[in-house]
Amino acid sequence: MNHRFFVYPLLIGLLLVGLFTLPIFLSTYWVLIVTEILTMGLFAMSFNLLFGNTGLLSFGQAGFFGAGAYFAVLCLVHLSQSLWLALICACLGAAVLALIIGWFSVRLDEIYFAILTLGFGMMLFTVAHNWRSVTGGSDGLGNFVLPALNLVIWKVSISHPRHFYYLVLVVTILGIFLLRRITRSPFGLMLQASRENSNRVAFVGGDLRALRLLAFVLAGSIAGFAGALFAIFNRIASPEMLHWSFSGKAVLMTILGGSGVFLGPVVGAAIFFILEHWITSFTNSWMVFLGAILVFLVLLFPKGVLGTLITWVDRSGKGKQP
Amino acid sequence: MEGFLANILNGLSWGMLLFLISMGLTTVFGVMGVLNFAHGSLFMLGSYLCMQFVRWSGSFWMGLIFGPPIVAALSILIERFLLRPIYGRDVSFQLLLTFGLMLFLDDGVRLIWGPAYHVVAPPPILAGVIPFFSKSYPVYRIFLVILGPLVGFSLWMFFSFTRWGKILRASAMDRQMAEIIGVRVPILFTGVFAFGAWLAALGGALAAPHQSVGPAMGERIIIESFIVVVIGGMGSFPGAFVGALILGLLNSFGTTWIPDLQMALPYLFLAVILLTRPRGLFGGEA
Amino acid sequence: MMQAVTPILEVQNISRNFGRFQALSDVSLLVPRGRLSALIGPNGAGKTTFYNVISGRYRPTTGTVHFDGEDVTGLAPHRLVARGMLRSFQITNVFPELTVLENVLVPLVVHHGASFAFLKSLARRNDWVEEAEAILEQVGLREMRHRVVSTLAYGDKRLIEIALVLARKPKLVLLDEPTAGMNPEETDRMIHLIRELADQSGTTFFITEHDMKVVFSVAQQIYVLHQGSLLAEGTPDDIQSNDMVKQAYLGGSLYAPA
Repeated sequence: MNHRFFVYPLLIGLLLVGLFTLPIFLSTYWVLIVTEILTMGLFAMSFNLLFGNTGLLSFGQAGFFGAGAYFAVLCLVHLSQSLWLALICACLGAAVLALIIGWFSVRLDEIYFAILTLGFGMMLFTVAHNWRSVTGGSDGLGNFVLPALNLVIWKVSISHPRHFYYLVLVVTILGIFLLRRITRSPFGLMLQASRENSNRVAFVGGDLRALRLLAFVLAGSIAGFAGALFAIFNRIASPEMLHWSFSGKAVLMTILGGSGVFLGPVVGAAIFFILEHWITSFTNSWMVFLGAILVFLVLLFPKGVLGTLITWVDRSGKGKQP
Repeated sequence: MEGFLANILNGLSWGMLLFLISMGLTTVFGVMGVLNFAHGSLFMLGSYLCMQFVRWSGSFWMGLIFGPPIVAALSILIERFLLRPIYGRDVSFQLLLTFGLMLFLDDGVRLIWGPAYHVVAPPPILAGVIPFFSKSYPVYRIFLVILGPLVGFSLWMFFSFTRWGKILRASAMDRQMAEIIGVRVPILFTGVFAFGAWLAALGGALAAPHQSVGPAMGERIIIESFIVVVIGGMGSFPGAFVGALILGLLNSFGTTWIPDLQMALPYLFLAVILLTRPRGLFGGEA
Repeated sequence: MMQAVTPILEVQNISRNFGRFQALSDVSLLVPRGRLSALIGPNGAGKTTFYNVISGRYRPTTGTVHFDGEDVTGLAPHRLVARGMLRSFQITNVFPELTVLENVLVPLVVHHGASFAFLKSLARRNDWVEEAEAILEQVGLREMRHRVVSTLAYGDKRLIEIALVLARKPKLVLLDEPTAGMNPEETDRMIHLIRELADQSGTTFFITEHDMKVVFSVAQQIYVLHQGSLLAEGTPDDIQSNDMVKQAYLGGSLYAPA
């Protein structure tokens, strides 16, 4: 029996059951942490649509995450108290920004792409940081009334951590499902092909720039969506969320979990936050550990934790076959 | 008028520090093809070590002489045991590994010296101010403005006219060819990386009396020196010089004229250059 | 030769300089429709540059390229592909970490205009998979369709080059040294394949090759490039008896070791 057809669906089923029943047996503190893992995991997955799938290392992904956060909060403050509208605003706003920034950025690749996206992300950071009348400057934007979740005939308050957790869980799963769909589409194959050999894509007739631009816009809008959730979760949108070091977090989580595996970034996010909570319980120097772990992984396990695990499982699976 | 001149001097002195660190960055990239995220942390380490030597000995010069070689020695270990195993892999892994190193070093410094900022006094001979129109200007900054081009010029001489400099440039152009004519490339790489680190730490030591010494200084300068190296053209010395000057001046004039936009100016400039000349001002055709 | 009215490819006065070095000078040639033509010449004669110019990788310094009756000078590669001009590469240039089947699906996706269909499921397109398998059958790689390309033997990777080209149902196929680096057995297999394809499909083939055995066993029309200029053109017999061509090659014999 091949593991891919049997073991993995079973594991994913168990994981889903675990996630849905989790608030029953975990404390509120841990429910909050898992909520954070899910939003940041979705953010990291949006980054990995560019990195793992398309081969583009973006160091400006936080720009779209943060922009989504601000768009959502601005929408809640000025427009309406609808949660759905805020989330849609975040998605569309981030997509438009990604379209403009991507239009320039996809002309370059490798290091130049990384540096240019970093630069554009930092321009967005500057806007958030300095346009005080709109964004609240370095204090961030946090004065909004928490919207209720409007499910047609049923209004649920999301101020309770458990309610908010379920909201985040459901929309994150939807987001992950969308990303799954994208990576398995004809377009997804084109992205993989352009990662493998961008030059050859053009010589079978693929429009490389347009392909990369669409990937950039999709990744940007999903990042914006994750950012909106994150801002509502933290009750604030702040400039750090757009800073390049925040993009670095997405990069880290992805490498931690494994950029070559679909769920790698989410697993990476989980490892990241669990490690963070564990290590900061005995020292303030969490970054020392994180840095060391990253160096260690790049040197010895470039496939990441999940990637390495899957390689092992696959190998043992093949070993058992007659 | 005097404000204008003061801006120019301020811009030049910051530009010269940027130039020192960017030269190391661009040399390492030019020869080894590695874009080192931790380069700013080596700069910061140079500052801290300088400060530590000043505490022990009371003399800035001791810090300037003894700090950078220690950083260079550390970087030999980094090159030998961390970078060498991944030369064959994708460039992004080198970027990620050095990113991890940066996190490690930046927070490690906080662990050893604490999160506070420290001040290092300039050496007596460069302390104080000179009259500058109706006001005054710190001597130390003028020292930096003079020193930067001197260091840059001697490096340029080294690369253009000495045997070692020529070997370095040849290896940068074609590694295989260098190996065939008998250059021991692994040792050369270690040497170049250590040299780049020494330059960064030298910049750091020189920066110590110019600004306060703190754990965030590496993070700021690495991004600015990335920009310098990219707009100048990766691997180009004249490019690094021009890029550093432009960024230094953008910094000082931006702060006085358009303070709200100053933070974005380097990035804006970066984007314009990359989109019009994708390989930088001195980088040739893409 | 009923339809051979307009040539499929018409190259007029092409020159290409790299700095002061002139890689191609004033090359003009017509590639007839529906036949198998070959471009030959000693190493450094400018064959690959010529290919790069007509396939849109480089812009010519001067001169024009007409494809299928239309001016296509300086068009981007993916636009030329859309018009039906496909090329292979001298150095294996495929998608190494994808499977053989996925490799062929890439051009098929483009061919069916689905490059940007990001919500459709690729797994449901059995028709495309069948199409890809038929192409793999043609080049003899069907059995290996689920293997990752980087694990294949060199000769098989070269066959994927051909499969990528065929998947776009080309009007004109440019093959850049299809047998480069192959052992004799693989070379024979490739010659056989090229001949078969040219016979069946009615597609025009225009190949460069420096293995003369290959050229004279497959080509119907031969062009000789020497030091960036066109030295001679004609049937294999014409070329074999041409003294200038003999002189251009070291040792005076076309079969001299390269």
